[in-house]
Amino acid sequence: MNSLQSYLILSSLLFSVGLAGALTRRNAILVLIGIELMLNAANLNFIAFWRYGPNPEALTGIMFTIFSISIAAAEAAVGLSIILAAYRHSRTTDLDQMNSLKG
Amino acid sequence: MTASFMILAVLTVAGTVSAMGLRNAVHCVLALALSFAGIAMLYLQLGAQFVGFTQILVYVGAVAILAVFAIMMTHNDKPMALPDSHAAWVAGCVVAVAVFAVLTRAIVSSTTAVQIQTQTVAPQPGVTVQQIGDALLHRFVVPLEIMGVLLTAALIGAVVIAMDRREEMK
Repeated sequence: MNSLQSYLILSSLLFSVGLAGALTRRNAILVLIGIELMLNAANLNFIAFWRYGPNPEALTGIMFTIFSISIAAAEAAVGLSIILAAYRHSRTTDLDQMNSLKG
Repeated sequence: MTASFMILAVLTVAGTVSAMGLRNAVHCVLALALSFAGIAMLYLQLGAQFVGFTQILVYVGAVAILAVFAIMMTHNDKPMALPDSHAAWVAGCVVAVAVFAVLTRAIVSSTTAVQIQTQTVAPQPGVTVQQIGDALLHRFVVPLEIMGVLLTAALIGAVVIAMDRREEMK
């Protein structure tokens, strides 16, 4: 197993742990955190392929990661504010109890 | 696979697993900050300094702190009404393990990864911040502008969504 493969396996492990968290946790904020972890695993893949790929001077992996980090930041801000608004409405962040669409 | 990679990998995986496994939500976010910092160090090890420091600034500095604030603002003394349902927990873990197995099988049996590795035994690519800035303002200037608009929209949207409207209604 070479070093590119070890980075890819590490990132798939991070992705799977984030996926498990997003699927099993009942707290809405922790589900959002699981999604952030999955995004991070994807970013690690971009950087690993950039480093070991054929044309590292083209900077494509770095650019993709920078844009991906910016989008993840925007997503986290909007997601947490949606959770805050939902909490203000239903007084809970437990996803099993947020089971009504109607106010 | 070097020793530093193993140390960073263990640190990152430990942070990630405890971020998803601990009971107390604030502990989860602290473990998450550890995991993000570990990923940032992996970026530094791969030679992507700018991305590594951006990761520390954005994730450890902003996203983790934002999550702590959200947890504190939504904290109530009511104990968890329902414990995590066992069947859902098992199903989620089975799905995640299956995904990991498929990905690992694909990575290990892939010939492309081996080819890439043998083609380029290149030294660490030295990328300066100046090169990244040049690329951002020439080749990638349209995506950069769109990103600026997106971040502004997200900022305003987050404020509008999280705003307390009870005052206006009175």
